[in-house]
Amino acid sequence: MSTATDSVAVAPQLRRGLTTNRLPSWAPAGIAVLSIVIGVAIGLLGSLDSKIQWGLLAGLAFVGLTYGLSAKVEGRRQAKDRLATSVVWLAFVLAVIPLAALVFYTVQQGASVVDARFLNHSMKGVLQTEAGGGVYHALLGTLMQVALATAMAAPIGLLTAVYLVEYGRGRLAKAVTFFVDVMTGIPSIVAGLFILSLWILLFGFQYSGFAGSLALAILMVPVVVRSTEEMLKLVPNELREASYALGVPKWKTILRVVLPTAIGGITTGVMLAVARITGETAPVMMLVFGSDIINENPFEGPQQSLPLYIWQQYQTNNDFGYARAWGAALVLIAFVMALNLVARGIARWRSPKSGH
Amino acid sequence: MTSSPPVASGGRARRGRSDSRRGDSIFFNLSRGSGVLLLVIMAAIAGFLTYRSFLSFGHNEGNFFTTFEWLPDAPVPTFGIAVLVFGTIASSIIAMVIAVPVAVGVALFISHYAPRRIAQPFAYLVDLLAAVPSIVYGLWGALFLVPHMSGLTSWMDEYLGWTYIFDSTKTGAAPRSLFTVGIVLAIMILPIITAVSREVFKQAPRMHEEAALALGATRWEMIRTAVLPFGRPGVISASMLGLGRALGETIAVATVLSSSPVLSLHLMDPGGGTFAQNIALRFGEAGENGRNALMASGLVLFVITLLVNGAARMIIARRKEYSGAN
Amino acid sequence: MKLQRNGRSKALAIGAMALVGSLSLAACGSDDNADPKASGAPSAAAIACGKAGQLLGAGSTAQGNAIDTWKVAFGNACAGSTITYSGGGSGAGVQQFNQGKVAFAGSDSALKEADVTASKEICKTGQGINLPLVAGLISVIYNVDGVDNLVLDGPAIAGIFDSKIVKWNDPAIAKLNPTAKLPDAEIQAVHRSDDSGTTENLTKYLEKTSGGAWPYKASKTWAGKGGQSAAQSAGVSAQVKQVPNSISYAELSFAQTNNLKSAAIATGASKPVEATAANAAATFAKAKIAGTGSDLALTLDYATKEEGSYPLVLVTYEIVCDKGNKAETLDTLKSFLTYAVSDAGQQAIGTKGYVPLPKELSEKVKTAVTALA
Repeated sequence: MSTATDSVAVAPQLRRGLTTNRLPSWAPAGIAVLSIVIGVAIGLLGSLDSKIQWGLLAGLAFVGLTYGLSAKVEGRRQAKDRLATSVVWLAFVLAVIPLAALVFYTVQQGASVVDARFLNHSMKGVLQTEAGGGVYHALLGTLMQVALATAMAAPIGLLTAVYLVEYGRGRLAKAVTFFVDVMTGIPSIVAGLFILSLWILLFGFQYSGFAGSLALAILMVPVVVRSTEEMLKLVPNELREASYALGVPKWKTILRVVLPTAIGGITTGVMLAVARITGETAPVMMLVFGSDIINENPFEGPQQSLPLYIWQQYQTNNDFGYARAWGAALVLIAFVMALNLVARGIARWRSPKSGH
Repeated sequence: MTSSPPVASGGRARRGRSDSRRGDSIFFNLSRGSGVLLLVIMAAIAGFLTYRSFLSFGHNEGNFFTTFEWLPDAPVPTFGIAVLVFGTIASSIIAMVIAVPVAVGVALFISHYAPRRIAQPFAYLVDLLAAVPSIVYGLWGALFLVPHMSGLTSWMDEYLGWTYIFDSTKTGAAPRSLFTVGIVLAIMILPIITAVSREVFKQAPRMHEEAALALGATRWEMIRTAVLPFGRPGVISASMLGLGRALGETIAVATVLSSSPVLSLHLMDPGGGTFAQNIALRFGEAGENGRNALMASGLVLFVITLLVNGAARMIIARRKEYSGAN
Repeated sequence: MKLQRNGRSKALAIGAMALVGSLSLAACGSDDNADPKASGAPSAAAIACGKAGQLLGAGSTAQGNAIDTWKVAFGNACAGSTITYSGGGSGAGVQQFNQGKVAFAGSDSALKEADVTASKEICKTGQGINLPLVAGLISVIYNVDGVDNLVLDGPAIAGIFDSKIVKWNDPAIAKLNPTAKLPDAEIQAVHRSDDSGTTENLTKYLEKTSGGAWPYKASKTWAGKGGQSAAQSAGVSAQVKQVPNSISYAELSFAQTNNLKSAAIATGASKPVEATAANAAATFAKAKIAGTGSDLALTLDYATKEEGSYPLVLVTYEIVCDKGNKAETLDTLKSFLTYAVSDAGQQAIGTKGYVPLPKELSEKVKTAVTALA
């Protein structure tokens, strides 16, 4: 507070009118440290056993102190600004802690079992109650099921998005838009039940990786449509008009101009959708049957999948099973992370360089 | 077809034109076809759920909407969705109340507050977490979060118990309640809402922002006047995506919640249930009527999702007119 | 717009590496888990391998570990033959069997009338029969500090799980445990949140022995009031381990792997019966066969008062066609079941928390297996 009055005293003619009193630049950090101390102190004194409470108290203290101090020194408007800033930072910390805890916990639990042997062996001949075995068959199964689902869902989703953005007028387009929205909300287990009843019970096909990928495709399509639609809308109309002016037919304009322009964003969207279905447990559980051995044919015979593998290993209820479950979870997250990186890479690589 | 346009002349051009027309119609029909295919799939799912549901309604001695128990395979089949509706909605509301403000905060943090060096990797981390499989959230919730929640629960019971909602009446029980489920769901949907909101905030018109700042607005005033109104439809749409996932979450809820056919406003007490969790837990042992009854509950969840999405659409459509975007 | 991005290729490089990594992985997997320190797998001589082939089974999770043990031994002895078992629940297993999707189903309860009728369509010339292959017992597991030898009886268990007995020092429990220091703490009763055969067997026991303290019908769905729930035996065991003053029920193997204490049961015999495989075997020795012909569905005496007979038992069946099994899997099916019911097979699961079948019964099962067609 004294610093503030000092600075006004030093250069009154400059500061007056343009700036008001300000907290020093280290103030937010200082207040943060102070409030953490307060949180810990209250936690220790009040013998609160949950660290979550300590954190919440510290957060409250941080927001309160920032607002109070700033209101006193800098005035209401600045105080509100500070309040917003501190709340945003608090939101950031609040979000980071559980998410970081989740990742850390998974790595901590799973890192010990993941090695080359774990990655390239199946569970054939390994007792659930003993150590050993691996995730290869599950990883391969997930890879195939997701690839098949993508091969089905991506073109349908893409074309639907093209229809909605480039052609879509009238009732049909409205209906499609609405039902795509509804489809994003289909519980994954309902999609699983639907394919189970239709494909396996009614049509009489056997359990297979493909049956799983059918359900995954249903879950994937709406996400692809949504993201592609947004990306296509971002393509400037000038590009389309320029193409039409040159006498290029509409379908060629879409294929040669619109889609390539948006390809980066579309790829990202598709990859995010892929990442989303890779982790689906419920629909796969009732469709792929699950297996201990490597099955390289997704169209015939039972296949394993990573989420299902995690679920089964968790249910064995012994230390080896838990370790394998966390190891597989780690592999699954790493796999999804790799896909995400690829998506981002493609997005950067393929998107046309802008003139700015 | 015979009327040739004035610019086109010569056989090659004409053939090109008819080619292009055929190409156009093929492409148009293909893309419209996929749209129609989606409608057909949706109709098939809805039809299939409805058909199976009606099979089960004939074998229900209870009231489908008010009965608490779920005993479709008992000698006197009795089942109802009262508990499931309440549990699904309550846990989703808790998740939304926690996740939406935090997600908007995080999105603003990434788009407007954080130093670029932090913002980029953090944005990436958020995208990544949007893809963490729900089973991992479930295991983490059951094995890690629940033991860490008991302190918070008793604390809230002590100071907020008067609200009735936060009053926990079962002392000594692990906090495997709808409230904890809500928190797990919130953590689960946080990355999704953040990722989409962030992209929307980034698109806020630079001119508006700079104009606001030039008029002497503080950063917060700039955000309130230029960014938030622009981003509102996007945030709502993102929240709906998150809500959709929260409503239909299966495995995470099944591992965390201590379910029971009890409808209680004491959200901190173990008990309650959700649609997806109920389907997952009962399907394996269900008989013929049991399976149909579960389909009926799936239909209700489907309808709830439909209503929520329709409402969100309407809100977004109306807001757009006032938002001044575009 | 999204288009302006300063092109940095680092992310691309990492991404490409990750993709190449995962793809190259796809080229070199192995089913060969042969380990020099392999568990005491029975010698190949004990198993008469049939024609090589893949056998699908589905159903009960309660017998999951037993099937797991058998299929590993069988797979080790018979190269080319694999057993794939999917533990999705008895109901799903029977449904899959009746649709001809699997060669056998594992079930916690014998086939119902309607299921037998339905099975005739798949079995063509025959019908579905119940072969009791995996016997086990349900432990009443608890976690109370300072109490090690808890004794309970039917009415007490019913009272606890129906929230009529809410404190550990309730007179009803104290009466059975005169020497134990029971704490003045609330009982945290945990039941299964999913439908299960384990719940059904427990409630069958309560129905018979609680003297009306359990007013509900035995069923796979939990009917009691209050308490908490968790999914699967793994879930309830984890709860009992985590939460002090808790009590639940699970198959013996879950009590063993989690080092949980099991209550002894006062049956009316001279002293309470411990939850051990030997005591359960005594109950199975007295089990009556309810099925006719080659159907060997059992009737268990939950109200047994014999000395050293543990009453809380469960038996799970393999369901197959007596005649009309699919020709391509019949051979493998017969040799697998023959091994399962053999002494070697039964002893192998005896160490996993199951109860080897009594001689008399296993002979009958053997005969039925040999007659499968």
